[in-house]
Amino acid sequence: MAEPSTAAIYRRLVAAQVRSQASYRVSFALDLFSNVVFLGADLLTVLVVFHRVPVLAGFSLTDALLVFALSSLGFSLADLAVGNIDKMQRHVRTGLLDAVLIRPLGVLWQLLVLDVGVRRLGRVVSGVAVLVVAVRLAGVPATPANLLLLVLTPVAGAVFFSAFFVATATVAFWWVDSGELSAALTYGGRDFTSYPMTVYGGWFRHLLAFGLGFGFVAYYPALILLDRTDPLGSPAWLGWCSPVLAAVAAALAALVWRTGVRHYRSTGS
Amino acid sequence: MGFVTATADRLTIRNFTEAAGLFRTLGASGFRRFSTYRQATVAATITNTMFGFVRTYVMLAVAGSAVALGGQAAGYDAPQLVTYVWAGQGLIGVVAMWGWTDLADRIRSGDVVTDLLRPVHPVLGYLLPDLGRAAYAMLTRFVVPVVVGALAFDMYLPQRAATYPMFAVSVLLAVLVCFAGRYLVNAAGYWLLDTRGVLMGWAVCAGMLGGLYFPIRFLPDGLATAVYLGTPFPSLLQVPLDVLVERDPPTGQLALLGLQALWAGLLFTACVLVQRRAERRLVVQGG
Repeated sequence: MAEPSTAAIYRRLVAAQVRSQASYRVSFALDLFSNVVFLGADLLTVLVVFHRVPVLAGFSLTDALLVFALSSLGFSLADLAVGNIDKMQRHVRTGLLDAVLIRPLGVLWQLLVLDVGVRRLGRVVSGVAVLVVAVRLAGVPATPANLLLLVLTPVAGAVFFSAFFVATATVAFWWVDSGELSAALTYGGRDFTSYPMTVYGGWFRHLLAFGLGFGFVAYYPALILLDRTDPLGSPAWLGWCSPVLAAVAAALAALVWRTGVRHYRSTGS
Repeated sequence: MGFVTATADRLTIRNFTEAAGLFRTLGASGFRRFSTYRQATVAATITNTMFGFVRTYVMLAVAGSAVALGGQAAGYDAPQLVTYVWAGQGLIGVVAMWGWTDLADRIRSGDVVTDLLRPVHPVLGYLLPDLGRAAYAMLTRFVVPVVVGALAFDMYLPQRAATYPMFAVSVLLAVLVCFAGRYLVNAAGYWLLDTRGVLMGWAVCAGMLGGLYFPIRFLPDGLATAVYLGTPFPSLLQVPLDVLVERDPPTGQLALLGLQALWAGLLFTACVLVQRRAERRLVVQGG
């Protein structure tokens, strides 16, 4: 009997996951729905803020909505692809990781397909819808360059957030009970990138926007789409840099992950 | 073969000394349990602090725009909003807004039967350790974000001496309301096979209507009133924070405390009723 290719094995694993999750129909539907609601809550927060003030740090509602939509879609895609890696500490604590390590497949990929978050599709679909509406409202001209940027940005954002998901989950190798620590940079990063950078001040903006690169997830690309110059005085071409940054982040995350796996010692229980 | 009632005869508490003893023992157990989760406490505090920075800057931008237009953001000025955000980040851990699935897990696994065999009513048996947990969180998870916020930003300090005891009472009531709410959504597990949807519903409502994502008074006035009076969620964070930043005059603060007490009473009554119904229908599979 011919051995199935690696891709085929993963395909089967994912398919089995999807089948098993979808078999609890009510639960699955509720999960899909609540993921849409969570996006709605984030969106509502932006709308409520703009209900009180017409302009926030120099940005109107329609401009800010585009920033929010780009960040949100990038995050949702990352959450769909690798979001379940935040269960890493449980895998370390329960010893599941030991089982995964002795199988002849990539460790990270196995963990990712072990609990595919199909329910998060709800968030991605509504994220696309919000982006389309935001682009319309902001009156972004449909030039080829803009369209390319509109596809590139969420994808680069997804890679970028995925890198943070993986890198911060790796902390569990050293620090088993790291709890919500990774949420500080994943969910915290999403909240940070949901608003124009002009909102933030001082060292905090420099550290997160440039030091960690979160400024490139949505803000700088949005400036190009909106045909605005940066009130903070950065050059316009920064908006095209997000794929480069995403690649760097992914490479660093891979390095952190490899180091983590090498240093892994079972908890022994 | 007959049916045996699974619940034990419950302790009747005869005097104050016995009640105090029960409080001390169970409360201290919660305090001790959570004081051993040191890594988790540090991790959660760092996360709360990160979100504190993001939310503070957003709120400061709102206050800045409102002042530029010659007004105030829903009656809060910038230092009040700073206090609002950081004390709010601290209180998340004190009231334990999300993530408590102990009861639901035990119902699912059947372990809940040992809770029913104890001579203490299950609601009280879960509540007292939770109060101990809240006391520990007040010393750690509340203090750190508030100190960081005070160092990094210009924070509003309550001007009236009476505000401090009122805030303390309000936090206690918030813990009670939050516990009762969490107990109820967990108790849905007596009837539902999978409680994830209910728990998620609680999480999203608590965050959005509790005053965490934005102060409820940022909503249009009619809607804000409806949320305050019609849902228990503002009692979780919004009310203690309103009391702390002196958003209202003393009578208004007292009215808010009354509202919280009312919700606490309602939800605890519901907890006891739900628990009684659940015990009538609960069948634990032996094995």
